[in-house]
This record gives sequence, structure tokens and C-alpha cells, in this order.
Amino acid sequence: MEKFDAVVVGAGPAGISASYLLAQAGLKVILIERGDFPGAKNVMGGVLYRHPTEQIFPGFWKTAPLERHVIEQRVWLLAEDSVVTLGHRNRAFAEPPYNCFTVLRAKFDKWLAQQAREAGVLVVPETVVEDVIREDGRIVGVRTGRDKGEVYADVVVAADGVNSLLAQKAGLHPEWKPDQVAVTVKEVLALPKAVIQDRFNVAEGEGVTIEMFGASTAGMVGTAFLYTNSESLSIGVGVLLSDLIERGKNCNDLLEQLKAHPVIAPLVEGAELREYLAHLIPEGGYYAIPRLYTDGMVVVGDAAMLVNGLHREGSNLAMLSGKYAAEAILRAKEWNDFSAASLSRYEQLLRESHVMRDLYKYRRATRFFERHHDFLGLYPALANDAAEAMMTVDSTSKRQKQWQIFGLARQRKPLWRMAKDFWGAWRAMW
Amino acid sequence: MSKQATLEEKLFTLGFRPDEESHLHIKDPELCTQCQGHPCTTLCPVEAYKLEGDDITVSFEGCLECGSCRIGCPHDNIEWRYPRGGFGVTYKQG
Repeated sequence: MEKFDAVVVGAGPAGISASYLLAQAGLKVILIERGDFPGAKNVMGGVLYRHPTEQIFPGFWKTAPLERHVIEQRVWLLAEDSVVTLGHRNRAFAEPPYNCFTVLRAKFDKWLAQQAREAGVLVVPETVVEDVIREDGRIVGVRTGRDKGEVYADVVVAADGVNSLLAQKAGLHPEWKPDQVAVTVKEVLALPKAVIQDRFNVAEGEGVTIEMFGASTAGMVGTAFLYTNSESLSIGVGVLLSDLIERGKNCNDLLEQLKAHPVIAPLVEGAELREYLAHLIPEGGYYAIPRLYTDGMVVVGDAAMLVNGLHREGSNLAMLSGKYAAEAILRAKEWNDFSAASLSRYEQLLRESHVMRDLYKYRRATRFFERHHDFLGLYPALANDAAEAMMTVDSTSKRQKQWQIFGLARQRKPLWRMAKDFWGAWRAMW
Repeated sequence: MSKQATLEEKLFTLGFRPDEESHLHIKDPELCTQCQGHPCTTLCPVEAYKLEGDDITVSFEGCLECGSCRIGCPHDNIEWRYPRGGFGVTYKQG
């Protein structure tokens, strides 16, 4: 029977990173993926950050299949028929080695897995891992759905994504709760390059990201996004599952409404539907992070809830967690000790890094917005009303308009409660 | 977009290799008859769950394997597995 140094379950950014680094250090690594190929089941909105990716794959951006480097990031507060916009465009973002890129994961992850393969990782697609194998209380491998499908290894890396049945089977955490995940749907809409560049005011190779809050999720906790790819747009809506259930809404309906929104419609006009996708985003934050290691196993990426929803960061945290897991495993290999105590080094490395520091910083954020829906309903609407009032030139004086806006706001919610809300938001995010 | 795409048109963009057996099972159909609001019928991005009379029917063939139904079922009444290796949805864009 063949035994590996490490079996990595799931070929996403976390799993591929971990397996790549382990193989590079000379370990015998198998990477098991349930899809037809690495990337076949993988979905994200589409922003990949250069710096963290280069920690593992130096110079990747010169050869990897990337869509566009992002030179402008916009934040939109949507009301029913209008928008208040914010954003940042910077020449520095247009210079190599760039800050971040839009990607399509089926293509990018396939490329990433190829790097792992070339480093010596045995990549096995079309294979589902069904359970862990235990001996004397410690995890010694995994059982796959194939005939005689047991795979033994010193250590198992659970990189099986948000639906980490493996971490659950290993007893590291119970099921996620509806307020810890966001249901997200996305469409990839084909448009000619020149049209995209015209509509978004960018040159060849340059891209824009737009994050939308407010009417795009009908006031529920969540966001919508619109990203420019090379010859397509990625547009999507994600909403906290608990909010969707409570309101009886469906994300696909919200996405259709978004595309018909007077601000969005001209941007997607004439685009041809290329693909429809759905995925869960882990949004539980710091307090929902499960136990990260046990005897013979570590959990990385989405499976470990490592997502910073407010900053739409996930793939970078996934890759870094794969890196820290690999470092811990290499030390465990040196000591020939794969116990929980030895693998706890992984969590220590995560905690010393910005991964855990950031998640800790925003530890109260998801819960805060869940309890303060006005930030996604009332406040974006008020911002739009205020902008409309101030920008509409008529015979009302500006001071009078200010008082009108003030009065309008006060009708909707007492000012002291608004002040309390914003103070709370500051505290939850500072 | 000049016109709204239907869910059928959306699913048509995807590669599916459906297994013979469903990877989604209602554990106890009786429990569904007592369910308030049947959230599975509204939350699913491909509307795989339908209320027919008193029963919930599941069309697993168009499932995008997101996992929302498993977590969203208020009675923990959905047995959710990954389709067997190589089966289910395949994204070309991602």
C-alpha cells in the first residue's frame, strides 16, 4: 500500500498552495479533487491579490491566465433608481507588478494546479473524499469514493472548501449556521474587449471592480459586485443565508433586478450570458473559525472560515493558510511528530500573520450588520435622497435643503439612534 | 441585458454530468409537511426544491452544489453529499 507524506483534499487556492510548497520541499504529496479538473467546481467573485499569491508563486502574474489588472475600485451605495458613488483609481495600480487582478477560477486554478504538478504533486481529479481514516484516535489518511480508495499519509490537509464535510467528519466543527454563510450567485457575461474598455473607461489589460451595497440586496446583509474580465463581466449578488430565509428571497431574482437597475443596465447591455454560478461564502468571521488542527490533520482556506468579507478577501487568506500549514507540516516532518501539539504551529503562524489579525479586527462586523440592517437599507437610501436634494437646483436655498434633508432623516429614525448606529459601526470595524 | 434570462437558459450554460442517484435526500418527508414557509423552495439558486401538494420534490440534476439547502433547512432534514467524483456541475469560467 502506497503511503504519502501528505494528502491534501481539495484543489483550490489553499490546497494547491499547501501541496505545491510541500512537494517543493521534497515531500511526497497527493492532491485529491472531486471535480473533472482543478477549478471545475471553484467559484469566486473574481479578485486575486498579487502580493500574497507571490509569497507562494513568485512571478505568477507574468504567465498565469489572469483577466485584467485592477486600476480602479468603486464602491456604490445603491437606491432603487440611483447611486452614490465612491472610488479610488491610481496610476500606481496600472504599473507592474500590479496590486490585484480579476480572474476566472476554472482557468486560474487549473493553471495553479499545473504548477503543483510540475513541482511533483500527484494531482488526482474526479475523486471525492468521503471520510477520514483513524487509527488509535489519530487521523492517518482518507477514504475516497473509489474502489480500494484508502489513501494513507502522515498528515491530512482539509482544503475542501466552505462545505468542509471532512472537517465536520473529523469532529473539528459542527455544521455552519445560516448566519455564517452568504449565498452568492454570479453570471459571466460576454462582451467585446473594446466595449468593456469604453464602458469602464480603461485601456487594454486594465480593469475595474465595483462593490455595491443597499438596494442590490434589498437591504439584506450582503453585497453585489461587478468586475471586468478580459472579454466578459462578472456580476453577482451575495446575501447572508439567514436573511434570505427570513425574507423568503432568492439570489437569482436579486441578480436579475440588479441587471435591470438603471445604473447597471447600460453597463451590461447587449452582453451574452456565458455562465451562471452559485457558491457559499464563509462569513462567520473570527468567532466562527473552527478548531484548525487535530492529530494528523489541519484545516485551511474556506474550510477554516478564513474570509474577510468586508474587504472581499478570501483567496489570499486561503493561500497564506496553505503556506503556514505547509510550514508547520515541514517542521512536523523534521520532528517526525504529526500530533495536534506539533501541528499547533500552524495556528501559531496564522495568529502571528495579518490573516488572524484582520479577522480579529473585524470579529464583530458580521454580527453587527446582521443586527443593524439600516446600514444596507435606510442609510444608502438616505445618502441618495440627500445627494438628489443637494444636486437638484431649484428655488430652494441650500440651507433650506439641508434642513429638509435633516428633517427627512429624522422622520425615518431618531438622530440619537443614528448616532448610536454609526458609533457602533465604528467600534465594530475600527 | 436586453431581456431577462430564465433559470433554464442559465442552467443551459453549464456542463452537467448527472449521476443516476441523487446526492440530495430529504431525510424524513413527514417533517416537511410541518415546515413553515419551506425555505428550501425559495433559497436555492437553481430552485431545485419544489412544493408539490404536501411534499417537497428535489431535482438534483441542476444542482450547483453550493450547500445552501443543507445549512438553510430549519429542521436539518436534508442529507447532502457531494456527487460522486467527476459527476455534477462543471464550470468552464468559474
